Formats: sequence, C-alpha cells, structure tokens
Amino acid sequence: MKILVPVKRVVDYNVKIRVKADGTGVETASVKFSMNPFDEIAVEEAVRLKEAGKATEVVVVSLGPSAAQETLRTALAMGADRAILVQTDAEVQPLAVAKVLKALVDKEQPRIVLLGKQAIDDDCNQTGQMLAALLGWPQGTFASKVAVGDDALTVTREIDGGLETIELTLPAVVTADLRLNEPRYASLPNIMKAKKKPFETLTPGSLGVDVTPRLTTLKVVEPPRRKAGVKVADVAALVDKLKNDARVI
Amino acid sequence: MSLVREVMEYDVLVVGAGPSGLSAAIRLKQRARAAGQEVSVCVIEKGSEVGAHLLSGAVFEPRALDELIPDWRDHGAPLATPACEDRFIHLTRTGAYRLPVIPPQMRNHGNFIISLGNLARWLAVQAEELGVEIYPGFAAAEVLYDESGTVTGVATGDMGIGKDGQPTGNFTRGVELHARQTIFAEGCRGSLTKALMERFNLRDDVDPQTYGIGIKELWEIDPAKSQPGLIVHTIGWPLDQKTYGGSWLYHMDGNLVSVGFVVGLDYSNPHLSPFEEFQRYKTHPAIRPTFKGGRRIAYGARTLSEGGFQSIPRLTFPGGLIVGDAAGFLNVPKIKGNHTAMKSGMVAAEAVFDHLVGGADGPEVTAYPERLKDSWLWKELWEVRNIRPGFQKGLWAGLANAAYETAIKGRSPWTLHHRHADNETLVKASEAPKIAYPKPDGVVSFDRLSSVYLSNTNHEENQPAHLQLKDKETPIRVNLALYDAPETLYCPAGVYEIVRSEDGTDPHLQINAQNCVHCKTCDIKDPAQNITWTVPEGGGGPNYPGM
Ligand SMILES: Cc1cc2nc3c(=O)[nH]c(=O)nc-3n(C[C@H](O)[C@H](O)[C@H](O)COP(=O)(O)OP(=O)(O)OC[C@H]3O[C@@H](n4cnc5c(N)ncnc54)[C@H](O)[C@@H]3O)c2cc1C
Ligand code: SF4
Repeated sequence: MKILVPVKRVVDYNVKIRVKADGTGVETASVKFSMNPFDEIAVEEAVRLKEAGKATEVVVVSLGPSAAQETLRTALAMGADRAILVQTDAEVQPLAVAKVLKALVDKEQPRIVLLGKQAIDDDCNQTGQMLAALLGWPQGTFASKVAVGDDALTVTREIDGGLETIELTLPAVVTADLRLNEPRYASLPNIMKAKKKPFETLTPGSLGVDVTPRLTTLKVVEPPRRKAGVKVADVAALVDKLKNDARVI
Repeated sequence: MSLVREVMEYDVLVVGAGPSGLSAAIRLKQRARAAGQEVSVCVIEKGSEVGAHLLSGAVFEPRALDELIPDWRDHGAPLATPACEDRFIHLTRTGAYRLPVIPPQMRNHGNFIISLGNLARWLAVQAEELGVEIYPGFAAAEVLYDESGTVTGVATGDMGIGKDGQPTGNFTRGVELHARQTIFAEGCRGSLTKALMERFNLRDDVDPQTYGIGIKELWEIDPAKSQPGLIVHTIGWPLDQKTYGGSWLYHMDGNLVSVGFVVGLDYSNPHLSPFEEFQRYKTHPAIRPTFKGGRRIAYGARTLSEGGFQSIPRLTFPGGLIVGDAAGFLNVPKIKGNHTAMKSGMVAAEAVFDHLVGGADGPEVTAYPERLKDSWLWKELWEVRNIRPGFQKGLWAGLANAAYETAIKGRSPWTLHHRHADNETLVKASEAPKIAYPKPDGVVSFDRLSSVYLSNTNHEENQPAHLQLKDKETPIRVNLALYDAPETLYCPAGVYEIVRSEDGTDPHLQINAQNCVHCKTCDIKDPAQNITWTVPEGGGGPNYPGM
C-alpha cells in the first residue's frame, strides 16, 4: 500500500513573524524556513506505518519554490522513499494545492493521503478537506491516532471536548493533529542517504492544473499590541472598568 | 537502541560554518578541482541552518573575498550597501562631538555594509556547488583522538537525552566524523577549541586571550531617515573612561539599521551590565532620533576576540588546526574579523591540501602558520598590536597611544601585553560604584526578555543544561558574596537569575539555559571560571534572521 504525504515549506515556528511595512504580507527575506510541523507529524506517521509493515511505499510531495527541495529532503531523511516537487513560484492557495494533489493521486494511485491538518503560515485548514471532496474519498481530520486494517482505517479525531473514533473505507484522506506522534530526528547518515533517493520535479502545467490564486490579499496587519495593565483600587472600580472600558460584562 | 556510533570518513572535516570554515572548505575544493584530485570535505554547524548563529556588525572588507571568489559580483554575493560616509563621535551625557579626523582604521571607503549571516548563506551555496557537504543542525560535541593522541575527528552529540540524562523515546545516537585533518572554525571562544588549547598547551608563551561582548539589534527605521552607507561609531558615554567599548550604527539598504554596542570584557566593575549600557546608549539625544518611528526586528549577542597579535596561540596540533576568530584573528581597532577569518581559512586550506596531496610527513600541518606569517593577515595584525592594550590606561591615553602607533605603523620597538585574563579583572562589589540604569522606555530601550524573544532562540526543553557548573556552591559562595552575581548582568539573554525563597533567604542560581544565545560571555567572564559552555542538542540556539 502506497501512502502519499504532502508537505509544505513554511516560515519556521521559532521565527517571530513580522508584517511587511507596507502591509502586503509577512517578511520572508533572510528568514528561516522549515517543514510545517503538522506535516512532519504526517511524515512520521507514514514512516511508522511502513516500518510496521502496513505500508509499502511513502511518497512525499510539495508544491512550492525550488527551495522546497530542502523540505522534501528532510522528509526523505526521516524515512520517506521518494519525493516529487511540483515547482512553482506562485503563491499557492489551498484549492490549487488540492487540485495538484488530486492530479498526483490519479497518477500515483496511493491508498492513503496523509497530510498535516493545517499549515502554520496561513492556518487555512482546508487542503485535506478539499482534496477529499475532489477525490470523493472519505476523510478523517484532526487525527490523534490511526490504525490501518485491510480495507479500512480507524481514526481517532480530536474534537471539542473529547475524542471521536471513526472508521473509513480505503482509499481515504487523513489529516494529522499535534498528538498523533512525536516526529523523529533525521540522523546524519540518513540525511546523507536521502541525497540519493529518487527525486522528481514536475510543474503544475505538466499536471494540467492552473494554480493562479483566486483569493486576493487586501491587507495584512499585526495583532494589536497588548496594553500595559492597570491596578484598580477595589472591586467596584474593577467592575466599572470591565463594564465601561473593556466592555466584557 | 544502539550505543555504537556510526562512523563517516572524510579527507577534511570543518567544524563551524562561519566565514573562516566556509572559506577553508571552498578553497580546498577549488584546489582539488584545479589539480584534478578528489578531496572530500564535510562542514558541520551547530545552528539550525547556516547563518542562524552568526552575528557581526558588519562592515566588510572584501579583500579576502576578492581572493577567494574574484567574480563574486557576477554570482549575486550579498554585498549590497557600499560604505559611503564615516563618522566618529565622542558622546558625553548630553553632548556629541564629532572627531575632526577619522582614524585610518575607521575609514571604510571600498568596504560594504553586510549581514554576515546572509554572506555565509551565500558562501554555503558556493561551497555546495563545488561539492562540499554541509550539515547544519549538528554540533560537534567531542574531539576524537587515536591511541597516539592525534586528532581523528569529532563526534556529534546524541539527540533525545532527557533532563535527567536518560535517553528519551526520541533518542538518536551521535555519529563519529573521521578525517585526515580537522579544521576547527568555531569562532570566538569555541568550546572544542578551548579543550584543544588545554590538551596541547597551545597557549603556552602567549598572552591570555581577551574579549569583548557585542550586543546587536536590527531596526527597520523611518524611510525618511535612512542613509544607506552611513557608518557611525561612538566612544565615551555611557561607559566610564576606564571601560573599553563603544557603539556602531550602520545604515543598510531597505531602511535597515544595524546598531550595537561592544564592551571589553576586561571591565572591572561587577555592577556593570553591557546590555543596559547598550539600551541606555540608544536614549542619547544624538542617537534616539534615528529610531523614532522605527521598529526593532532582531536582537542578539556574540563575543569577539580582542587580544590580537600577542594572544595568537599555537595554531596546529597532530590531526588538526584552528582558523578564524577561534584563533583570535580579529583586527581590534578596525573591529573587523571577517576578512581575516576568511583569509586564515584560505591559507589553512592551501596548506592542508598540499599536506594531504603532497604526502607530507607527520599528522601536523606546520606549513599553515608559516604561510600565515607571510600573508597580509600577519602584517595587518602586527601593525595594530599595541592599540588595544594601550586602552588599559583609560580612554584618552588609549587614543593618544593609538594615534602614535598608527602614525608609525606599529613600528614601535615594544609590544604591550595583556596581563590578565578577563575573568581576573573584577573588583569586589563593595569596592565598586553602583550603576543606576534607567528603566527601559519600551520605545528605543527594552528589557532582556523582550529582547531575547527577537533572537528566535529555542532549545529542546527536555535536555541536560548545556551550561555546566564545575562547582555548585561557587555561584553563591563566591559570585554572589563577593561580586553581587555578575552573571545576572553580563549575560545578555537573562539566562542567570538569583532566586530566593519567599522570606528572601536561601539564594540560589537558576539557569534558564533555553534562553542562551551562544555568545560565550559566561564561559569567559565568570570570575572563578566555574561556568563551562558546552554545545546543546544540535539545532538549538538562536535563529538569527541575517545578523
Ligand atoms: C558584535 C560584533 C561585531 C563585529 N563587527 C564586525 C565588522 O563590522 N566587520 C568585520 O569584519 N568583523 C566584525 N566582527 C568580527 C567577525 O564577525 C568575526 O571575526 C567572524 O565572525 C569570525 O568568523 P569565524 O568563522 O571565525 O567564526 P564565527 O563567525 O563565529 O562562526 C563560527 C561558526 O561555527 C559554529 N560552531 C561553533 N562551535 C561549533 C561546534 N562545536 N559544532 C558545530 N558548529 C559550531 C557557530 O555556530 C558559527 O556558525 C564582529 C564581531 C562581533 C561579535
Ligand atoms: S548563558 Fe552564557 S553564552 Fe548563553 S547567552 Fe548567557 S552569557 Fe551568553
């Protein structure tokens, strides 16, 4: 059984995001990029399924600039078998990604597409769901546990206030949540071996997909700065402030 | 779980992807290519990516780069801002006096204002194109020796060791990197370099190394105030006349300003806080306006070697050698070490290549120091050797001496010496004047924590502290009792805190190791040399955005 794992190159989670002075987006010059943490979890899960003998091949794919090669190499170093870069310098939005992935699914015929629940840069949380819709496959989103059977998947989902366990017939789309696993370190020997693993580069055009953005970003602003706290004299003053200044009661 | 380390073999291993290490790697491959030889070169770097731990001013003298990659202009080297105008200012509490003559070392015509991190990223791409293997995210934790005591390489640290020293579920054993020659390019106060100096007595018969701490911020300023190419250095306020140091302020393209402050770590007053001196400096009426309407976008700190010529150690030992600021090749009056770091890496690479290919005798590349002595680097450092030690007598005596030494190009018949290591210079807290630092205003001056936040520093939390105390009692019994806990002041990242129980008794030292920006100040300045900086898990530390 083949598993397809899409991964995205995003601004590293340690970097303090800075909105560009002209409000057109966030600053990406000289900024560190790495694999979207939820995608790392997806890669780890796929590799574990392979190690457990449940999967035969793990194929990782990324849609993005040529620098996304690095992200794919990291996934290969973690244990994926081969990589596909669908190269574009255009801004990629969830629908475009889902369409590219659909084209790849048609080509590669995986039984499971395992991806992160969302990317930490745009926080869209849409790609997995859109892909499932385009493919007409069942989906198990926010997975914190995945068990693979012969023709079905049991997915434990993180939902408000608890866990939900569902069963999906294969093929299916699964999106990974934080608690699914703790990704491994890529060891130095594995990073070296990753350099020799098969790596294919395609373009959206060659897959017959138009990735032109359909959404326009009007403005990006920083969250309002937290104001300094004030000390209140007594409970009455506090209630007054909450009512009239903060307007929360 | 395997406890045996995998071994990987190279011809040459470079520890550290700074300007010195990358230049060495590039030169080796260039020589190999020209000679039609195969020489395998591996570089490991503790930062999560190349440049993540690099911090420099930086006004860059392109001399070494011109020699290394003469056509760098055609390959998109990030040298975007040519230096235009130099100003050298003496600050008093409220005044600012421009010195009418700019000292020759401070004239920057032909130089560039750069981000060292970005230059290193570019050098790394050039190196990889030549076939160098670069592995960021792996710290060299241990030097390896064979039975005869020859250095055979290094081992990277294990990953996934918990706070308690026990392997976690994510444990990954380190690897051994073996090489015929290992080039140590760890920069100022390298942790393995320090161990090598002790083991091979490399510092015998030379002056102690002395250091400075540099704290830097990157600002995006009001476009109306941006003057790309402008270079401003100040001396004087807020430091007293006995303390060596001063500020830099460089205007770059894109409305960016690199601003920072250097304090010589031979300072004597334990109440002094380099961080607060820097913050206070920005509030000076001649300085503050630059930052009005701007925003601070990055913060960091790093030490630099100030010992110069007199403090250069023996540079080779069986199986390896030292390049760059790990050896102390910084030109202090110029505050420039990037060109010398690169040059030393190149000279070392030439010597190593000839040694390996020419089948020279023995495991020690003795040709390296010999060739270095014939290079411009040696002459440059020799000429300025007396300038920094001249400041031991205070600011004005130092300036007068500097003018004299410069006029005669260092040909004075004497060499001034560094008598003390920086950990020996503090006087007792009770004998030193207290310094009242103003509260940060949150506009141009800030506190430590909001600053460290902008260094994007991260360490895996569940790991043993990488700042090790030789003796657990010393921080209280010596440092607190005699010097009022100077580590809480000189550490620019707020790593050290004295915490007490509720009633104010029972003080003890808390080490917030995850905040550490790898500047190495504590390893240098701790009075009893009780603090040892070791490498944390690879990839940990700051993630500087092009500092
Ligand atoms: C505040 C400040 C301002 C400066 N301003 C200027 C200036 O304007 N112009 C100028 O020319 N010079 C300037 N310098 C000096 C210059 O930055 C240094 O001389 C230069 O960076 C030295 O290069 P290097 O390669 O020897 O070491 P570094 O640049 O320090 O690089 C060492 C590299 O090795 C890595 N490393 C260290 N130990 C290990 C290990 N054990 N395992 C793996 N990796 C490791 C580090 O993470 C780092 O990436 C300044 C320095 C400072 C601190
Ligand atoms: S703990 Fe030491 S090395 Fe780390 S930031 Fe503080 S002074 Fe620098």
